[in-house]
Amino acid sequence: MRNLIDILDLSEKEIDFLIKKADDIINRPEEYREKCKYKKLATLFFEPSTRTRLSFEAAMMELGGGVLGFSEAASSSAAKGESVSDTVAVVSGYADIIAMRHPKEGAPLVASMRSEVPVINAGDGGHNHPTQTLTDLFTIYKEKGGFENLTVGLCGDLKFGRTVHSLIAAMSRYKGVKFVLISPDELKLPRYVKESHIKPKGIEYEQTSSLEYAMPKLDVLYMTRVQRERFFNEEDYIRLKNSYILTPDKLKNARQDMIILHPLPRVNEISTSVDNDSRACYFKQAKYGKYIRMALILMLLEVE
Amino acid sequence: MRVDSVKNGIVIDHIACGKAMQIYNMLSLDKLDCTVAILKNVPSGKMGKKDIIKIDRDIEINFDVLGFISPNITVDIVKNGKVSEKKHIALPEKLIDILKCRNPRCITSTEQDIKHIFKLADREKGIYRCIYCDSEA
Repeated sequence: MRNLIDILDLSEKEIDFLIKKADDIINRPEEYREKCKYKKLATLFFEPSTRTRLSFEAAMMELGGGVLGFSEAASSSAAKGESVSDTVAVVSGYADIIAMRHPKEGAPLVASMRSEVPVINAGDGGHNHPTQTLTDLFTIYKEKGGFENLTVGLCGDLKFGRTVHSLIAAMSRYKGVKFVLISPDELKLPRYVKESHIKPKGIEYEQTSSLEYAMPKLDVLYMTRVQRERFFNEEDYIRLKNSYILTPDKLKNARQDMIILHPLPRVNEISTSVDNDSRACYFKQAKYGKYIRMALILMLLEVE
Repeated sequence: MRVDSVKNGIVIDHIACGKAMQIYNMLSLDKLDCTVAILKNVPSGKMGKKDIIKIDRDIEINFDVLGFISPNITVDIVKNGKVSEKKHIALPEKLIDILKCRNPRCITSTEQDIKHIFKLADREKGIYRCIYCDSEA
């Protein structure tokens, strides 16, 4: 029985398989409408999330399966003090597969140790969010046709951004990939991420605090939010916050075929006036997320 | 200064200077009723100075603790006044229930009855990471 806790649980081959499968689902949706008939997905969301939970639920429904679960800890037995292990031991008797989001890092791993059915990590605090990474990869594949030789700019909060760390880990496995790390000094990519994924593979990368400087080089621009609470003082935040807000003006020097991604929710880091630019892919990205989750559910349930 | 040789017991040698008390505490040697000697700042050809612990009884030792605290440690098992076995301790791949994760956001801070497990992430630097949250030990 397989689980998905960390994006690195999947080999390059398995990611390729999921991408091909998701693409096939888009092309032949009628073939998949009853693949999970009589199967149930439990969405155990111990903290609120709109997109991820709905994406999982929509994915299972489109496969003909059913969905049960809760969307916040207050409406679960966790409010009475039940442990993650006990919750999962019970739920794995009711469902065929579990998607779990939990504010504590490592909770889905604990769940997978106890569960009798596959567990998918749907986000554990600031730690991992592998299905977001699958979504990011599938979007890059759909919009750029592959991963090799791409220059990927990651912009904003590179220190705490879990989606950034996982995307770097996953993209580092492809040939010719380069990274441009765009962030204020306070929010630079942690050294251990560079040492675990970028340096061992001899991947070219550069660090800059200027989005304008990086822009012309990029095939992919991955935006994240610079949050006020990450700064030690208000002055630094005010000084820097506008540098990392994407506007049509900052896109002037970008390549015409560059794509802009964002894990969402967006607050103000991408101006709404960018939404109509053909390079803006973040809403498409959310839609692709459903298809790659369908492919993942099929894989973990071992449904052909 | 002279400390008697162990007749039947264990000598933990080549402990990095200053680490002997940590090992004493982690192995709960205070609970033993036999003679235990802690030697600190012992001159050493290889290490300059080292610590040594002598235990005058053959007890079960958690070698993982030793390897984690000071990776070049040697353990001599002494029988009838002679070294019957010499073990070189390396960094263990996993530490189970030896350390607790300090990350307050880690599931181990709230979940009851859970094993605290750290995995060796970098042998050269001796870095361990929590298997649940990836925090450094």
